Amino acid sequence: MADPVADTLEQDPRYAALLRDRARFAWLLSILMFAAFLGYIGLIAFDKAALARPIGGGVTSLGIPAGIGLILFAILLTGFYVWRANRVYDRRMAEILAAHRS
Amino acid sequence: MNPRLLIVLALLVAAPASAAALEGQAERQPINWVAIAMFLAFVTLTLWITRRAAQRTRTASDFYTAGGGISGFQNGLAMAGDYMSAASFLGISAQIFADGYDGLIYSTGFIVGWPILLFLMAEKLRNLGKYTFADVASYRFAQPPVRSFAAASTLLVVCFYLIAQMVGAGQLIKLLFGLPYGYAVIVVGMLMMAYVLFGGMRATTWVQIIKAVMLLSGATFMAVMVLAQFGFSPEALFRRAVEVKTDLALAGGAAPDAAAAKGLSIMAPGNFIKDPVSAISFGLALMLGTAGLPHILMRFFTVPDAQAARKSVLWATTWIGYFYILTFIIGFGAIVLVATNPAYLDGEALRGGGNMAAIHLAHAIGGNAFLGFISAVAFATILAVVAGLTLSAASAVSHDLYATVIKKGAADSADELRVSRITTLALGALAILLGIAFEKQNVAFMVSLAFALAASGNFPVLVMSLLWSGCTTRGAAIGGTIGLLTAFVLTVLSPAIWVNVLGFTAAPFPYSSPAIFSVPAGFLAIWLISLIDTSPRAAIDKAGYPAQRLRAETGIGASGASDH
Repeated sequence: MADPVADTLEQDPRYAALLRDRARFAWLLSILMFAAFLGYIGLIAFDKAALARPIGGGVTSLGIPAGIGLILFAILLTGFYVWRANRVYDRRMAEILAAHRS
Repeated sequence: MNPRLLIVLALLVAAPASAAALEGQAERQPINWVAIAMFLAFVTLTLWITRRAAQRTRTASDFYTAGGGISGFQNGLAMAGDYMSAASFLGISAQIFADGYDGLIYSTGFIVGWPILLFLMAEKLRNLGKYTFADVASYRFAQPPVRSFAAASTLLVVCFYLIAQMVGAGQLIKLLFGLPYGYAVIVVGMLMMAYVLFGGMRATTWVQIIKAVMLLSGATFMAVMVLAQFGFSPEALFRRAVEVKTDLALAGGAAPDAAAAKGLSIMAPGNFIKDPVSAISFGLALMLGTAGLPHILMRFFTVPDAQAARKSVLWATTWIGYFYILTFIIGFGAIVLVATNPAYLDGEALRGGGNMAAIHLAHAIGGNAFLGFISAVAFATILAVVAGLTLSAASAVSHDLYATVIKKGAADSADELRVSRITTLALGALAILLGIAFEKQNVAFMVSLAFALAASGNFPVLVMSLLWSGCTTRGAAIGGTIGLLTAFVLTVLSPAIWVNVLGFTAAPFPYSSPAIFSVPAGFLAIWLISLIDTSPRAAIDKAGYPAQRLRAETGIGASGASDH
């Protein structure tokens, strides 16, 4: 299924720039997720007392918003990626491909 | 060893679908007719769906990927259905019931792999693959070595996961339905064979979707009912739970100060993490293993394009995250409503075993009918997970080994379909036999082993073949095998097997998970072997990278939604 677009696409600087931007974005988010998780595990491993500290004068500890927050952060990052991929990268890719097909 | 310690120990090495959480003190319960009626309703519905799916399952593409026509939303639910297991529902809520906060640490580990899977792989997987993740891993390489590695790794991962599921199913059903262990295992094995054999991916997907909807709505109902008792204030719920735990400690003869400290301890991380190396290693295995599980990866080929693949991960992450938050509330609800009611207790322990916390809570909230519903949900959950596992193993044998390695790509669709059905039968029989053989064994390590293997073999091979142009056939096949073996050997040498199963006194490898060593070993081996590989094949492999990248990035030439 050779597409005639394939040959010229590789030469196009806009295509190269798109791939670079997209990869950078994906790695950035991966590193954020990785760091957040390792930070959380690290806190549990090295400083349990920090997470045990109560917040707001009640019994609820800092660990609860931290743990739930990590779960929500994972969902939000995923949502942000999908949103940006749909809005920005897919559109740029479609424009580049259209330019090469015409 | 006291029972609670046993549960905590079992959970230490457990993973989402672990049987560990479900073993220990599974006594047979009186036969629960409401639960059986609910379960029969579920089975009737899914078998009817399977019959309809069977009429539309004619080609290999129907069988492996439901013709590629599943929507992103449906696939997201099915992925969540593949991933959320009975043990994560019962086991995590039971751990929160026992120790409070620690259960949440598991939940976070199980969720963080999903974003990574999306950012680094999801779209490329969909664009390059057709039926199995081996299609992607071997895209530009010599087929036999890489396919053989991928198929062997799939079978290994699936086998360990499957044994844990079957043993868990037997224990759970004995517990919930009052059926003998052997019957329970046979029922699960036969139903799973029926779904996969006749309905292929289409039926499996629907079983997973229905199960996910049942589990999510059941858990939502429980969490809402619990919170409603506290005016929807989590702080009020936590405060009451701390009181209950304090009173329990006082009743146990503790001094008031010690009792108050004990009560408050459920709000903070406890003894779940002993040493930092084990903690980080375990976290790595969960995180990267998710992105290497063959039955999860296979689900990416059921959607029409990369955009839908993306969407399905967003839905899966959302549902799974939501589910874990519910589990947290359910666990605290059990402390408040179950631990204070003598009807659910047997002395100090839970009636029916430590994992019954959520089940008793269901009874406390909705009486016998809701108890029956939740029991049926737990059974359905296991069925959906084993069906997905079996399908991915059958595809590895028929598509990767038979069609590609043995027949060199010349097998026709009907032949390939026949081989996958024979494999499904064989796997079903094997699963039943292994389930029965391992009844009395400690299988707690098996799911965490499956995750560690997937993180150390499949994950590095996929990442390197997708992202590094210098990766070669030898690097992928041998390097992946080295990662896999490192994870396997270190697990055997770890306390979970060396001490608990083999009965030696001290384990040569002291940590609970091998991932912190075996994942880098996999990456390093692939890199080094590719680097020193000067074979003619290596030149072809490297030259194939631009074409692979073009297809991975743009989707040009990706296999279409349906070939009929």
